Amino acid sequence: MHLLLPMVGVVLAVLAWWAASVMIPELPSPARTWQESKIYILQPLVKRGETDQGIALLAYYSLLRVAQGFLLGIMIGTPVGFLLGVSPLLCRMFDPLMQVMRPISPLAWLPLGLVLFQKSETAALFAIAVCSMWPTIINTMVGVRAIPQDYWNVAKVLRLSKTTTFLKIIVPATLPYMFTGYRLSLGIAWLVIVASEMLTGAPGVGGFLWQEYNSLIYAHILLAIITIGVIGFVLDRLMGLAEARLRAA
Amino acid sequence: MPFIEVARVTKSYTAANGAIRPVLRGVSLSVQRGEFVCIVGAMGSGKSTLLSILAGLTRPDAGRVVIDGEPVDRVRADAAFVFQNYSLLPWLTAQENVRLAIEAAAPTLARQEQAARARRALEQVGLGTAVNRRPSQLSGGMRQRVAIARAFATDPELLFLDEPFGALDALTRETLQQDLVRLCSSTERPVTAVMITNSVEEAILLADWIVPMLPGPPATLGAPIRIQLPRPRSVAQLAHDEEASEVRAHVIATLTATLCVRARGSSMASPQDAIAARRLAAEESR
Repeated sequence: MHLLLPMVGVVLAVLAWWAASVMIPELPSPARTWQESKIYILQPLVKRGETDQGIALLAYYSLLRVAQGFLLGIMIGTPVGFLLGVSPLLCRMFDPLMQVMRPISPLAWLPLGLVLFQKSETAALFAIAVCSMWPTIINTMVGVRAIPQDYWNVAKVLRLSKTTTFLKIIVPATLPYMFTGYRLSLGIAWLVIVASEMLTGAPGVGGFLWQEYNSLIYAHILLAIITIGVIGFVLDRLMGLAEARLRAA
Repeated sequence: MPFIEVARVTKSYTAANGAIRPVLRGVSLSVQRGEFVCIVGAMGSGKSTLLSILAGLTRPDAGRVVIDGEPVDRVRADAAFVFQNYSLLPWLTAQENVRLAIEAAAPTLARQEQAARARRALEQVGLGTAVNRRPSQLSGGMRQRVAIARAFATDPELLFLDEPFGALDALTRETLQQDLVRLCSSTERPVTAVMITNSVEEAILLADWIVPMLPGPPATLGAPIRIQLPRPRSVAQLAHDEEASEVRAHVIATLTATLCVRARGSSMASPQDAIAARRLAAEESR
């Protein structure tokens, strides 16, 4: 039953897509999309050219890039979040700056990355890291602030060293918040990947989408869009599972 | 020379709107080594503030606290604390919670020996079978046992207890009170304990001295009352003991009289004082 209703939703969406394709001749129908792009799905690991590759290979390149950028983002974001959470002074110093930088689009960071690093691959990682680290910073910071006074009292009364307080109290108390941050960061990293691949022309799902748009093969664009959505959904679910396990522990 | 000496301690807090709220004024107290002192007062009368000043968690605005000849400016190594809300770390098991205290007190001790000591401390409070459970898997009484085990695990000379049994049901409370008495008398060094409570009954059961806290703001301490009832004491025995009822009446009279006078005459009297007085009287007559 809990699968039936979502299936009905999908069927309705495909019907709407089909209806739209009848009215707009340029838009490929669901059947035509499948016909024209099944080669990418049925042979997911075949490499025919630089961007002309099976969908699994393209997704793999994109995921690899996302993983690198995301890891970079949380490796910067987590310690920064802890620092801002522990020190009200640092927080007051950097909060306005953070609020200004947070809404900047990946499309704006990318050219800056190109100027800074001269290489499109590094620039893409830079854009992913910079855009995706904010939820990690903010959630980690909020998590540290939300540590109940009781736990600080335990640290004081037991005369725990700074290291022990950090490892035994601050980190475990903040962990659930941190993971919420990681989940949101990963979502953003996946959003940014498409934009950065489109601009840098790197092989991947986003690069594929851009190239097929330039070749006017609309069926492949639809394939790329659906792939991006499905992968994003799966990533979010996986992080959600990790988060739930953590809260249960 | 007294073991704990508190001299003219004053403390106020500044509220968020900048208003200054006096909490304690001119509080003095002496405790001899090995004594069990109960500070009794109504809720919100500043008891916790006084205890955290004694323990070195809070600095007084004026006055001084000297323990064993040393001015208190931080938490002492030989002191242990039991809070009302257990204050256990939920991500650690009972044994790990206790071991954390041992590790902090004796960092050079081998990890296994720390764990063994933690286990022994838990066995002392009857939790030998629950060492690997987390606080969420323990009842309120069991959690407080873990907290008590943690306090005694480091062999403290000084014990600060902040309404440790306040959140427990009557039966559990009585068992834990007796456990506490047993633990205090079974240590090698004499344990000096300062406990705050809002239960006169509990104070009579445990204390050598009862110090009434007269509510303010700012709160002050009344004259200490010596409790010379023979030990061991039990709730049942105290209920029928004549001397105990005299002491009880005296303590309650001290506490409520001040409250009532304040409520009637003083310009600073507030409706809260009157309510507090009535509630305290009602609680004790039950």
